Amino acid sequence: MDALVLQTLNGLDKGGAYALIALGLTLAFGTLGIVNFAHGALFMLGAFCAVAVQKILTISMRVRDESITFFEAYKETPYLEIWWGDTGRLIIEYSVPISILLAIPVMALIGVAMERGLIRYFYKRSHAEQILVTFGLAIVLQEIVRQFFGANSIPMAPPSVVAGSANIGTFLGLSEALVYPWWRLIYLVFAVVVIGGVFSFLQFTTYGMVVRAGMADRDTVGLLGINIQRRFTVVFALAAVVAGLAGVMYTPVLPPDYTMGMDFLVLSFVVVVVGGMGSLPGAVAAGFLLGILQSFASLNEIKQLIPGIDQIIIYLVAVVILLVRPRGLMGRKGVMET
Amino acid sequence: MVAFTIAILTMPIWLSPFGAAYPDLLQRFAIFGIFAIGFNILFGLTGYLSFGHATFLGVGSYAAVWSFKLFTMNVIPAIFFGTLLAGVFAVLIGFISLRRSGIYFSILTLAFAQMSYNLAYSVLTPITNGETGLQLSQTDPRIFDAAQSGSGLPITTLFGLKMSGYSGFYFTAVVLIIAFYISLRIFRSPFGLKLAAIKSNQNRMTYIGFNTRPYLMVAFVISGMYAGLAGSLLAVTDPLAGAERMQWTASGEVVLMTILGGMGTLIGPILGAGLIKYFENIFSAFNEQVLHEMFAFLPDFMGNILVAVINPFVGDGWHLMLGALFMVIVIFLPGGIMEGLQRIWGWIKKDRSRPDKNTADANTPRTREG
Repeated sequence: MDALVLQTLNGLDKGGAYALIALGLTLAFGTLGIVNFAHGALFMLGAFCAVAVQKILTISMRVRDESITFFEAYKETPYLEIWWGDTGRLIIEYSVPISILLAIPVMALIGVAMERGLIRYFYKRSHAEQILVTFGLAIVLQEIVRQFFGANSIPMAPPSVVAGSANIGTFLGLSEALVYPWWRLIYLVFAVVVIGGVFSFLQFTTYGMVVRAGMADRDTVGLLGINIQRRFTVVFALAAVVAGLAGVMYTPVLPPDYTMGMDFLVLSFVVVVVGGMGSLPGAVAAGFLLGILQSFASLNEIKQLIPGIDQIIIYLVAVVILLVRPRGLMGRKGVMET
Repeated sequence: MVAFTIAILTMPIWLSPFGAAYPDLLQRFAIFGIFAIGFNILFGLTGYLSFGHATFLGVGSYAAVWSFKLFTMNVIPAIFFGTLLAGVFAVLIGFISLRRSGIYFSILTLAFAQMSYNLAYSVLTPITNGETGLQLSQTDPRIFDAAQSGSGLPITTLFGLKMSGYSGFYFTAVVLIIAFYISLRIFRSPFGLKLAAIKSNQNRMTYIGFNTRPYLMVAFVISGMYAGLAGSLLAVTDPLAGAERMQWTASGEVVLMTILGGMGTLIGPILGAGLIKYFENIFSAFNEQVLHEMFAFLPDFMGNILVAVINPFVGDGWHLMLGALFMVIVIFLPGGIMEGLQRIWGWIKKDRSRPDKNTADANTPRTREG
């Protein structure tokens, strides 16, 4: 029972990341009709926003270590700590939440720049060419990040308040031994909140309504005198922000390195296809579904039954779904049929 | 064809001014040329973008190394098994993937490639030797040439001819020429025409009562076998096989080669493969020191600026160059180098004979469609 609860949580957690990235991919595809292979790179850029913030906050100078009296010892002390003492230390500790604030404008800017600078020239080109050019862009972004931050993964710590594990076992009335890291629970809640936010933006605001109308029939909305192109640009920026936030929040779970985007990209593309190209609820549902399936497949009992299943389950499910339900779980008719 | 043969066989001579005429690199040119030719048969002719072709490369490598381990160090059976097994894989994967087209096809092939990659790393370790990669060892059975027992690891041979250095290059070059000839015949055959017709309008083909799937299937399998051939040749020149050859970035690389050279053209993919391997070998060897020496003839401050600009693009960062090049090609020259050459040729012709504008114009769009 413990293992089941634990794996469900693991799955939801992973699924949250998949769903967030897949959501952005689907937004870009549904509005602009762009197959964006650089979306994983946006996720990675978000994560490195957090790294950059941490680096900036911990710019240090060498000071004498007073606690050691036998010989002259020095230690690196961040300026913030020197200036403000405990407050400074607190700021450094909360670098991940702080970087969320930074990541939103930065990612929005990157999104707009990408759409205006590159993607808009590819609306009328074939999907293959879109894939290729964004794939090239992903390589470029990845390499730039590597130039600045190096090839090694950089560990990031969550604030110490939530660094430990939550006693969900006692909370649910199960065994005491069942614990789960706080941060991953927070990540799950965060993912749900962001997804809910995006959906309510699209569902309950006039702006979102126009965007949805544009997704359904772009020409008619254009004929009604609405600058649908500008709204789509905004939506693309929104997709970039969502991917970036997912990246920032994921840093304490998985130390970021410059290839993390590619790994997640392939998986989230599979997620999008399973959910159905262009369907937002499909992307989210498929994200959580595949996340849970993957973590259940890595249970020892199942691994003994079918060796290697944990490695391939996602792709296997994708193959089966594509053959049985060609449009994915919730795909609309007529999207990407050829 | 004759010109092509001569050009390939004399590569050691005319590439030496570029510093590329050492056998290791030349072998890579030839091998990845084969890989790209094969990919082009699928992508260039039918327009089906497969993101999983590296699987076949990896499968070919594994099969070849196993043939070295189990049977003999002769390369012929290794190539045979490598190509055959890749063909079998292509039949399996193609049978399922070709039910869909467009981006779904890409995702399906990608899914299969990732599955094979992950399996090769984890469960199939007894066969693939996981992260270490499959290697030869002295205790291998090698039932056919058990008589030979020298010290050190055995070297791959072609009936006694050692497959290293230039003999290895000439062997791969001959295979490349044969592969090129086959692809030439395919391009100019009715079969090739049908594939091109599928690319330009598959619906119309089905409406006139033409079952396209067997043709796609054959194209997919041929292209997979080319990749298997390339993979087994990789094992011939360097007998070890690792799962990283199957990673999807490797599949991306062959797409890049084909696009760079010019998809759908005969010679383009080989050019693209050669260029990328050249960049990989030459530019990744550059470092700041070398750059400073290169620009030593300039005044110091200018040299420093140039070095600062170029440095991120070479050495470790040659991938950055690759990505940037990739984008530039797709944005400005979707037909690749071949289209570029053809355009330049068109301009020259136009300048020479102004009234004869038609021929020059007719040249340019042809590559786009082909």
